[in-house]
Amino acid sequence: MINVGISDWKLGQGEDIIVTYALGSCIGICMYDKNKPVGGLSHIMLPDSTSNADKTSLNRMKFADTAVPDMHAALLKKGASASTMVAKIAGGALMFATNSERFNIGERNVAAVKAALAKIHVPIIANDTGANYGRTVFFYPGTGKVEVKSTVMGCKLI
Amino acid sequence: MLNKFEDLNDIQLDVLKEIGNIGSGNAANALSSMIGKSIEIEMPSVKILGFQEAIEQNGSPEDVVGAVLIRLKGNIEGMVLLIIEEDFAELVLETFFGADPLNGKLLEFDEGRKSALAEVGNIMGSSYVNAISDLSQLKIDIELPSYTADMLGAIMSVPVIEFGEVGDKLLCIDKKMRINGVSVKSNMLLIPTVESLTTLFGKLGVQ
Repeated sequence: MINVGISDWKLGQGEDIIVTYALGSCIGICMYDKNKPVGGLSHIMLPDSTSNADKTSLNRMKFADTAVPDMHAALLKKGASASTMVAKIAGGALMFATNSERFNIGERNVAAVKAALAKIHVPIIANDTGANYGRTVFFYPGTGKVEVKSTVMGCKLI
Repeated sequence: MLNKFEDLNDIQLDVLKEIGNIGSGNAANALSSMIGKSIEIEMPSVKILGFQEAIEQNGSPEDVVGAVLIRLKGNIEGMVLLIIEEDFAELVLETFFGADPLNGKLLEFDEGRKSALAEVGNIMGSSYVNAISDLSQLKIDIELPSYTADMLGAIMSVPVIEFGEVGDKLLCIDKKMRINGVSVKSNMLLIPTVESLTTLFGKLGVQ
């Protein structure tokens, strides 16, 4: 089992299982080649790297706009084809009901991930985002299967 | 002017520990008179944690816990997060619901139990914050509490994300409690912003 932490992404292939635990407003992005058993799982935390206050040390794996193209490039290097690459995404919840819109980072994360994937022409073929509960994501890069586990919905395939 | 939590010196860390001590003492007293049980608190700890550590400090990412989040506004900004485990919920809810206080698992609590826990968080959080406010003469407003039960990792991701825009660390002042002599796993965290600490130290004359 390959474990992906917060602000991290990892690639896998064949029989590997890549997992990221307990996404709240963060998003898990599973990207893979439909015709090749290779893929990656990214766990982003925030939508936009230009909001990063500390310009000296930018963690590119933390933001949707940097992590998505980086993982895409790494997959191409591993032999994936741009034309058959697809994505499945999960997460982006609003964990606590709040009367302040500015705290709905989950929604902003979903929008940023969609925009970043559109920019590199990777279609989203499944998504399980929003609502108010946490999600654990298991990704099987060999088959493209994605299992989303939550306390509310149990286990479901997307 | 403080830019990062890592720049805090030993004196400042001690002051924060003492503030945590006074604040959580006040919160424990408030809880004690609310539920009619004796409460002791351990000396709080002040920790500067990476995101992954902040989760691991409190358990495994998929552990199910209850949580009350209270945002702080005004001169001190940040949040108070009360992490509630079943043992704590049981001791507290007994007061309001008598026998069978849990009536199921954390995830299946009815609205009455959820609001009772939110109110407990509210009273503890406001007592905590009032103590800091009295001590520093700073105005701190608290927002309405919000309760949820879910995976620990997803709950801890809330402060992690909100602070993620400014840095990669969280400052957690936490404390453990004993209720009627029984140690409970629940934890109360004060998570201030870096700017708030500058204000606080300025007001207290700490350098």
